[in-house]
Amino acid sequence: MAGCATLPPGPNYAELVKQMMDASFRNEGIATTDRLIQDQANAACSEAQGANPPDAVVEAIQQAALKSVRMPSDGKFTGDWREGAKLAQNGRGMTWTDKTALPKDNGGNCLNCHQVTKEELSYGTIGPSLYHYGKDRGVLDPESPEARPIVEYTWTKIYNAKSYNACSGMPRFGHAGLLDEKQMKDLMALLLDPKSPVNR
Amino acid sequence: MLKILSLLAMAVLSTAALAQQKSAADGIAEYRAMLADGNPAELFEARGEDLWKKKRGPKNASLEQCDLGKGPGVVKGAFVELPRWFADTGKVQDLESRLLTCMETLQGLDAKVIAATPFGKGEQVGMEGLTAWISAESKGMRFNLSQSHTQEKVTYELGKRTFFYRAGPYDFSCASCHAQAGKRIRLQDLPELTKNPGDGVGFAAWPAYRVSSGELWSMQRRLNDCYRQQRFPYPGYASDVTIALGVYMGVNAQGAQSVAPALKR
Repeated sequence: MAGCATLPPGPNYAELVKQMMDASFRNEGIATTDRLIQDQANAACSEAQGANPPDAVVEAIQQAALKSVRMPSDGKFTGDWREGAKLAQNGRGMTWTDKTALPKDNGGNCLNCHQVTKEELSYGTIGPSLYHYGKDRGVLDPESPEARPIVEYTWTKIYNAKSYNACSGMPRFGHAGLLDEKQMKDLMALLLDPKSPVNR
Repeated sequence: MLKILSLLAMAVLSTAALAQQKSAADGIAEYRAMLADGNPAELFEARGEDLWKKKRGPKNASLEQCDLGKGPGVVKGAFVELPRWFADTGKVQDLESRLLTCMETLQGLDAKVIAATPFGKGEQVGMEGLTAWISAESKGMRFNLSQSHTQEKVTYELGKRTFFYRAGPYDFSCASCHAQAGKRIRLQDLPELTKNPGDGVGFAAWPAYRVSSGELWSMQRRLNDCYRQQRFPYPGYASDVTIALGVYMGVNAQGAQSVAPALKR
């Protein structure tokens, strides 16, 4: 394949990419060019081009991500699964055609990549199916002490998916300020409440 | 007429969604078959051919002497070899950046003004026709981009790095959606663009007539909307990033048959 052609030596590609990005993009609405700046995780995962960064880098990214996670201020992890279902359907937010970058104007985008219920057939397949998420993990009462490990794991995953998978494809909903605490609790209920359509 | 077409397409798609979650592809394939003899892109092609031959601009000249890479005025076969290196500009150019060059040098039009014009407005309407017609002149031919010039190789590597460049509030890159086979967003199938995704898929399916909006989208417009959904800032029309991605996808699509201008939902 032509793509395997050997590269000419010399060019500093990282620098050339930066110059090219800076020259090619402009601000439009809420989508400003500071979005091009990469943190350690995005820089390392881009550089790896689909493979994993070196082990030490992976470890550092995951540790930093884990540290960023703030547990719910009132100690309660789940809200209303009905609201969570609406958020899961909503694929809007953060584009240059969206009015604000506030959580109230953002969806959860879940269905874009995950199966969530049995009834909704229009779902994406980039992420794993979440159907029976709580049921398969034996969650009977998400606020009970027994459920605490899986509940904290799930909160952490939604808040900052890089905590457990340095180059996870999932947005960092809490860390990036995409969703507020109440919205994340509603998504938690959707995934973990035994009455939610996810677990029926 | 176009509105009826889009309603029809939606009906076909939602029927497919209800019947099976497997893919929107079946519904679209069925719909394509219904329209086999009448892709509305033909209207854009006719407009583009007229515009190519029409004398206009401060120099009152046509584009008939435009060199798309195979010599002045040669249109057939040019599309499946773009983007490529051009000696006169010293740049790797895709179809649209090359057309800007020709409009400026031959006709005396201002390329910067055209590049800054929003899609679907003013001179960009002309671009829709030109890309439709020029791509149609290579319909059925196979992609065969050159990687012989150093700058073509460098641009491929820059395109590859751009493809994997994760940033923005969602941490997305092109690869977030297009680096695996057989994936979907909702019911929309996603082409795997790190290799040849097959005849008439991905790079080989644009420009395309989009039934849902009644618009003819060039590759530049397709990439622009990808970046919108990627939650990135706005990529300039014919900017270096878009051309580098064109080289990356085009070289990866080596041997794929072009069906452009294609028909999309």
